[in-house]
Amino acid sequence: MTKLLLENLLRFLLLILAQIFLFKNMGYYNLAAPFPYIMALMLLPVRISKGLLFLIAFLTGLTIDTFYDTLGMHAAACVTLAWVRVIFMNLTLQDDDHDSLASPGIGQMSFRWFLIYAFVLSFFHHLTLYLLESFTLNNILFTLTSIVFSCIFTTILIVLFELIFYRRKKR
Amino acid sequence: MRNLWIFINRYGTFFLFILFFGIALILVVRNNTFQRASALNSSNQITGKAYQQVDYFKGYLSLNETNLALSKENATLRALLKGSNYNNHLITNIVRDSLQEPQYSYIEARVINNSINQKNNYLTVNRGSKHGVKKGMGVISSTGIVGIVLNVSENFSTIQSLLHSDTRISASLAKSQAFGSLVWGVQAYDPKKALLRDIPNHVKVEKNEQVITSGFSLFPPGIVIGTVLETGLTSGSSFLDISVLLNNDFSTLRYVYIIIDRYSEEKESLEVKNLEND
Repeated sequence: MTKLLLENLLRFLLLILAQIFLFKNMGYYNLAAPFPYIMALMLLPVRISKGLLFLIAFLTGLTIDTFYDTLGMHAAACVTLAWVRVIFMNLTLQDDDHDSLASPGIGQMSFRWFLIYAFVLSFFHHLTLYLLESFTLNNILFTLTSIVFSCIFTTILIVLFELIFYRRKKR
Repeated sequence: MRNLWIFINRYGTFFLFILFFGIALILVVRNNTFQRASALNSSNQITGKAYQQVDYFKGYLSLNETNLALSKENATLRALLKGSNYNNHLITNIVRDSLQEPQYSYIEARVINNSINQKNNYLTVNRGSKHGVKKGMGVISSTGIVGIVLNVSENFSTIQSLLHSDTRISASLAKSQAFGSLVWGVQAYDPKKALLRDIPNHVKVEKNEQVITSGFSLFPPGIVIGTVLETGLTSGSSFLDISVLLNNDFSTLRYVYIIIDRYSEEKESLEVKNLEND
């Protein structure tokens, strides 16, 4: 239990630091920007209570917001991500999987499942984030293009991290 | 109450989402200038649109009164226009000279009615007997001869235009001083051309020679009437018919001068005796 907590805390810390100091400066022109910090929310244990999940998502978003000077936007995006995560898991996982305390990474799930999971979650995160950022439906085509490209960018980064750090199934 | 609890529990994630998302949205709108501005702006737009629509429909209800008020206002404004005032002020400038007694003085007048396309054309001006206008006075403009006063009322007078088939004006050629009578409407009714008749055959007439008043009739001598246009016209007798291009543009006539001749009555009464002697 302590190990789980420590693991998650460490992951959060590293990803948020990486996001703030490294990925904030990265981008594909103005079209795409990566936000791999959401990986920390994706890899929270499957069985985590919903209230805690939303609270963590909100606080994570708020932390990023303070560094991006966009108070509320990342928080809203992360909350959306948490909601989508709950729905996605309800749709794809069996009942016995819900009791698992493990992270839903490549080590636990299949690669295909994780790929779709990462893509769908980051898509909804980026959708909320970019729409809130532009706050207008003018130039919607450009906004949608940046959403899709950023989403692909983030997904690739997340899958790469996961491939580097994942551990074999314990079962 | 229990059902409500079950309901909330079942859709707990959604409610949690709404709660946190709402907080985040409030933070976004309150703390980011652009988002706040555009949120306020769009809400203002919505209220503005609504008020505009209501006002648009309200406008229909008071359309009748508004129309009435506007037409009344129009009438009062129209009455205030400069053009609706009768200008009673008269400027007469007579230079007093002890050596020469002035024979002619002038009354300025504004043309208030004019025609040029009839066979017999008349003008109306805004001066009448009140200002000293009498029947038979000559009328000129800054560019030439206009006509002869025909009828006079208190405030207005009508002028028999030069463009009238009965008008005859004594005119002479500037170089030879040969005189004839200027008539209009003999062959054509062109408001730019008149005919100079009764010039003797032996007089040499050049093209573009000036035609001026002779001073024998109502007009002071030397007023430019027009220029010779064609000389070859003969009426088959021993007199030349000369086509004259009028200097005056009758279609744009605005201000004219009515000529007061101090000695015209004396002259006329003397000339009447000639006829009696015949």
